[in-house]
Order: sequence, then C-alpha cells, then structure tokens
Amino acid sequence: MTEEHREEAALDVERVRRDFPILGEVERGAPLVYLDTAASAQKPQAVIDCLADFYAHHYANIHRGVYALSERATGLYEEAREKVRRLLGAADAREIVFTRNATESINLVAQSFGRRHLQQGDEVLITEMEHHANLVPWQMLCQERGARLRVAPIDDRGALELEAFAERLSERTRLVAITHVSNALGTRNPLEEVVALAHERGVPVLVDGAQAVPRFPVDVQALGCDFYVFSGHKLYGPSGIGVLWGRGELLDAMPPWQTGGSMIESVSFEKTTFAPIPQKFEAGTPDIAGAIGLGAAIDYLQGLGLERVERHEAELLALGTALLREIPEVRIIGTAARKSGVLSFVVDGIHPHDVGTVLDQQGVAVRAGHHCAQPLMERLQLQATVRASLGVYNCRADLERLAEAIREAIRLFR
Amino acid sequence: MSELRELYQSTILDHNRKPRNYRVPAAANRKAKGHNPLCGDEVTVYLDLEDDVVRDVGFQGSGCAISTASASLMTEAVKGKSLPEVLQLFDAFHQLVTQGPGSGPEDGDVGKLAVFSGVCEYPMRVKCATLAWHTLKAALEGAPRDVSTE
Repeated sequence: MTEEHREEAALDVERVRRDFPILGEVERGAPLVYLDTAASAQKPQAVIDCLADFYAHHYANIHRGVYALSERATGLYEEAREKVRRLLGAADAREIVFTRNATESINLVAQSFGRRHLQQGDEVLITEMEHHANLVPWQMLCQERGARLRVAPIDDRGALELEAFAERLSERTRLVAITHVSNALGTRNPLEEVVALAHERGVPVLVDGAQAVPRFPVDVQALGCDFYVFSGHKLYGPSGIGVLWGRGELLDAMPPWQTGGSMIESVSFEKTTFAPIPQKFEAGTPDIAGAIGLGAAIDYLQGLGLERVERHEAELLALGTALLREIPEVRIIGTAARKSGVLSFVVDGIHPHDVGTVLDQQGVAVRAGHHCAQPLMERLQLQATVRASLGVYNCRADLERLAEAIREAIRLFR
Repeated sequence: MSELRELYQSTILDHNRKPRNYRVPAAANRKAKGHNPLCGDEVTVYLDLEDDVVRDVGFQGSGCAISTASASLMTEAVKGKSLPEVLQLFDAFHQLVTQGPGSGPEDGDVGKLAVFSGVCEYPMRVKCATLAWHTLKAALEGAPRDVSTE
C-alpha cells in the first residue's frame, strides 16, 4: 500500500466527532474530553435519530399485531437481529438472543446452561482479570450447585498465563468463562489458544466481548467459542439492550430462563410448550427500540469500518502510552503485549479518586476506581486505578489534554 | 483551577500528606471499620472512650486525600469531647459537606473542619469526606458490624 492509500484509509476523526453531538458540549468551561468509552460509549446522531424516528413513525409491539404497523416494527426488530448476526459472523440469526446487556446474557447462560450441566464437584474456570459480571454469576452458581470456581492467573503485566490456565482445565471443568478484552487493563486474551485448549477437553467457552466488539472485527465462528456476549451501550448504541450469541444446538437444548409472554408455543393450565430459539429466551416485550437502535449503531460502526477503528484506537493507545511514560510520577497498569482501547494508570502519591476529580475539573472524563474488578485490583495490590479508555471519536488532542491535566494534578498535590 | 483549590485546601493537602493520630491508641476500647466500595477507601477508627468522653482516638487505613484528611482532622476535632458533643459535631459536619456553609443552625461550630466546605460542590466526594465520621459513629455506638458509605 502506498503512503497516500494509507492516509485515505485512516479514520477521519474530525468527521467522526461531528457525528456525536455531545462532543460539542462544554464541560466545566472546556470542550468535553471523553475518555470513558469502556464504561459506556457516546451516541452518534444516527442512533439518536433512529430512536426518534422509530418512536415517531413505526412503533408498535412486535410478533403479535395483525396490523401493518406491528408488522413493520417486527420487521425492524428482526432486521436488527440480522445486523447483529452479520456483526458477529454467526451462522444463523436464530442464535442471536436480545437481552438487557452483557451481564444479563451471562446470567442467562449461568442460570439455564449452568444449572443444567453443573453437578456437585464440577468446576467453572474463569481468569483473574474478569469483570464482576463474568465472576459473580459463576460464583453464585457454583455455591448453589456445590461446584468449584477455579481462577486462571495473570502475570504482572496483566497477561493471561496460558500454561497455568491449561493446568486448571480438569476432568470436572464444565465451562470456561473468559473476557475477550479486559475492561480494567485492556489486555486482549489469546482466545484461539484458550478455545483450542478447552475444546481438547470438550469444555465449552463463553466469551465476554463487551470491550471487544466495539473495537475490532469479531467472528465467533473463526474464534470457535460457544457463547459470546456484549452490551449495546458500549457499541455506541442505546443502553438497555445486549446480546447473547450461542451455538444453535446449545441454545436449543437449554431450558428457558425467564418465562411468560412471547416465549411460548402453547399454554394450558396443565402444560406449556416453549417457542423455538431465540424467542424461547426473550420473555415479555423486549426493548424493541433498543434493539433497532443497536442495529443503527452497528450500521454506523461498520460504515466507519471496524478495521479502521481498530487501527485508529491502536495508534491512540500507543500515543497515550508514550505521553504518560513521559511523566515520571505515572505508572501504567497493564502492559501486556496485546492491548485494546484501555489505558489504566496510577500517579505516585495521588489517590486515583483525587486524580479523577482534578481531571474532571479540567473537562477530562475518566474513570477512577476498581472498574468492577476487585479481585484483579487485589491481585495487582492496588485499591484502584485511573482509567482512560478510547472510542472512535477520540483524537490526539484528547490525549494531550489528559497528559496536561495529570501534570496539573501533580502540581496541585506537590 | 480556583475551584480545585476550594476543594483541595492547603490544610486538606497537608493532612493528606501527614495524617495526624495515624495509630492505634494504647488504651483503645472501641473500634469500627469503614469501607467505601465506590472507590475502595478503607478506614478503621479506634477509640479510648471513658465515661462517655473520647480520651483518645486514632485511625488507620487508606484512601483518597479527602477521606484521609477528613479522618485526620476528625481525630483532632473529637479528642477530649463528650459523646453528645461529638454527635453534635457529626451532624454539623454532615450538614457542611452535604449542604455547604451557612446551611444550618450549627454553622460556625465546626472550627477547622470548615476546610471541607468545598466538598458540597462534588456530590461524588461527599462519601469520601463522611466515611471516617460514619465509622466513628459506629465505634461510639459499639456497632458490631462494618460500616459502608454505599
């Protein structure tokens, strides 16, 4: 590729920024620098417009109305499911279940698949870097079933120790639950190896893709995993909508989790038969607009091109890392060789919470805390970190302002 | 940066750097542990309480500048005070950091603690400022359980 072609292929960040109305807002007297996309992404105008348009012109309940409006709403909802299928490279749209968020998707698998397959003495294997959402549901399930939660360690740079992971796979392991990208450190896990090791022993793998899907192309069939979950709100879509993808034969065999309307085939007072997937797992009226808005977010992100997004964020991550390394008081937490989108750090002598407040005062929004990964913080012997995380709209100037704001915090606390 | 100086007054920065009474009093007979799950701040307050008077007080733990300075200044403020006086100060302090100066009848009674008047502008930080105080109250009441500001 020639230099010009590479230039052409880069993300036009100034144009992207104009797609996000909130970036025009002034926070604490300065234009907002939003570096908390790992917590939740801002919304492009296309998603905001899609929601307004749907409610204004196409809204009705789905899968039941005999009238044209309901058919239209149903069509849009199912079209959104097809967009998710394409995004994940899934074989069949029936394998896409709409949930509230990644957390609910994991709970669904724990309560349905987990309760059916986990017996006393069985094991679930997770890693030290899991978000509470991919830890607590398994812990609760193991307690209930008399099973054991096993934890694969990470090294000091925040990378999974693959050999130790393999050692913890046993005859009793019934499921591996692992994050694609760590929300606290940015570590990108070697899923191909993880899946290969687990499948050698016939163990299915659930992947928490909340931090991955918005950042780079994901193909669940190429990964070879068995369940994959993510949240719409981190993918520039509405909050309240999430996705569970599962292999058709696994979902087919799983009992329903929540029950009620929309998920039945026929009901009598003696017996109920359930609808096929995915309806079996979508009890009650779902977040119709949320699903359709997520579809719009997927269109938007694919319009930018996920390869381009990945390259853009990789360049910014490298720049941010370099800028922070120039500040002697800053120590970057999480230095695995493969990272995506997240820059976690601590500042000597200043508590992360104070750093967060001083940054906020300068219009720089970051997260300070344990990032819903308390066991990970304990492993790293930290109470908390400051986390700057990237999105499609971040630019060089954002990271320069981050670095300047950190220097200001250091001056204040000197 | 002037708003920041309002929050991080020099007294607060000083007590954060050099916390006072950061120790377990020799004759401590009460203690309570406090935790702010939001940011991971932890504090343990130790009391030597005799005849409803705080003879000695100390604390240990780790947290942000606001919570550390608050614990440090609190120990200075309550030492030698009677139980009703401490509880009155608790209320006055709580009022100060949630509603700001001049908001209650107790105004003016807080003395040096007035340096926390900027906290009311930062709702997320109120819990940092009050963690040590809630923990102190739990220690006074002999509450057996840990306290949390969540």
